[in-house]
Amino acid sequence: MAAMTREETEALIQEVLEVYPEQAKKDRAKHLAVNDQSLEKSNKCITSNRKSLPGVMTIRGCAYAGSKGVVWGPIKDMIHISHGPVGCGQYSRAGRRNYYVGTTGVNTFGTMNFTSDFTEKDIVFGGDKKLAKIMNEIEELFPLNKGISIQSECPIGLIGDDIEAVAKKANKEIGKPVVPVRCEGFRGVSQSLGHHIANDAIRDWVLDNNEGKETAYEISPYDVAVIGDYNIGGDAWASRTLLEEMGLRVVAQWSGDGTIAEMENTPRVKLNLIHCYRSMNYIARHMEEKYSIPWIEYNFFGPTKIAESLRKIAAFFDETIQAGAEKVIAKYQAEYDAVIAKYKPRLTGKRVMLYVGGLRPRHVIGAYEDLGMEVVGTGYEFGHNDDYDRTIKEMGNATLLYDDVTGYEFEEFVKKVQPDLIGSGIKEKYIFQKMGIPFRQMHSWDYSGPYHGYDGFAIFARDMDMTLNNPCWKQVKVPWKTAESDAVAVAASA
Amino acid sequence: MPSVMLKKNGEGKLVFYVPKKDLEEVAESIEFDSPDKWGGEVVLSDGSKYYFEPMDVPPTFPITLRAKRIDD
Repeated sequence: MAAMTREETEALIQEVLEVYPEQAKKDRAKHLAVNDQSLEKSNKCITSNRKSLPGVMTIRGCAYAGSKGVVWGPIKDMIHISHGPVGCGQYSRAGRRNYYVGTTGVNTFGTMNFTSDFTEKDIVFGGDKKLAKIMNEIEELFPLNKGISIQSECPIGLIGDDIEAVAKKANKEIGKPVVPVRCEGFRGVSQSLGHHIANDAIRDWVLDNNEGKETAYEISPYDVAVIGDYNIGGDAWASRTLLEEMGLRVVAQWSGDGTIAEMENTPRVKLNLIHCYRSMNYIARHMEEKYSIPWIEYNFFGPTKIAESLRKIAAFFDETIQAGAEKVIAKYQAEYDAVIAKYKPRLTGKRVMLYVGGLRPRHVIGAYEDLGMEVVGTGYEFGHNDDYDRTIKEMGNATLLYDDVTGYEFEEFVKKVQPDLIGSGIKEKYIFQKMGIPFRQMHSWDYSGPYHGYDGFAIFARDMDMTLNNPCWKQVKVPWKTAESDAVAVAASA
Repeated sequence: MPSVMLKKNGEGKLVFYVPKKDLEEVAESIEFDSPDKWGGEVVLSDGSKYYFEPMDVPPTFPITLRAKRIDD
């Protein structure tokens, strides 16, 4: 199918909106747009970060998911208590594949679930005593933990427990950082507020508490922190090697494979490198204001964007780093040229639709373009307007933009646009596979990865080829497309 | 009275950031921008106007300040 014109795309949006009642139609129309590269500001064409209406199928998460699941969870040497009923922690346990090095249960705790397991009694009489008790238990059973964070679930805010007081008391008793995070699930419209709350908790309980302390290591002029890389499938490692090869010293990883000590050391770096802008820009802005640390956004998906980012990062430093960046790009050129030579002929011209969260809806576009593919539709689960500002220039003209898309809209768009590949979450995966369309789960790389860096690009290309050119798609018979229905359709159109 | 985070961008222009509103704009003009007086009315590139209490010394950026929104 040829690329759609602006008019066709607009007509498609109108057609999809047609089934909604008046009010819902008015509301949803603001979240669907046709990309226009000439716009500087996204608020001219799209509304985002608004409450999802009851009745639409949204795939957003909650504030607890944003804090425990995204920002705090990967910090491996701390114990994160899911404070409240048992389910929230258990059903989100280890699902995001934030890889780390360490012995789980001894000095690292990433894939474990710690919960205060609230029951009726705790709701009625309050859970503060229980919280204090389990922190002492944790200290006894896991003495090598480097701190505790208390991740509030909904009931904590509803019954008004004073977790801050308990945290301060426990901090005195055990002498390790104890961080209360007020990330009750009902706060905000999506996980996005959870990221913000988590960032604020880091600011108030980690960075502020650690001011004026001596550094345990010698500061170098090339210290940087990688912020907003969650090491999904080993992403942060694939990024870190490139930065180290160009001569920089990565002293902190936030928060994939990260530790509390790295966080405490971050205010001494020379530059903060932000990969996931959406979840960690708050703390970068804070550090810029308070500690005068500049920050830049970078993109390590696909060789074009990697080279661009490496040069952008190097421009902050002296000639040795700038030469280092060129050396790294040259060193890997043969490798990524071979990847492109192998996969581009198999993938070129294929069209992709994305619907994910965080940074991916815009960051992976470059990687697809390196393989000759085209992204024809993209959208954020919980993006804000500043995300869409950054997306407009990355996307082609007259492509689809959809914010907090509903299940119905996404399916209808796919039926009309007929992409060759869809990248979205697990809840969408089987619907689209049953429709006979190749699909990659792009939240945690469909159990593959890493996708960052040059090493990751090779895996990315292989995975896309493996999915798209899989012979199974020819065998899929969509149930509603039988020989009979085709005959009926022909008869009807005649 | 939003809290506004102000910083200078690469070209030395003032960048306006209001976290609650996802507003990230470049300031087109500042009423007073000299070594002995800073503040007053600020016009952003999207046309909206904000007012800062004038100060005797220009602040060091980045900084968070309270601003008043001026509606026309």
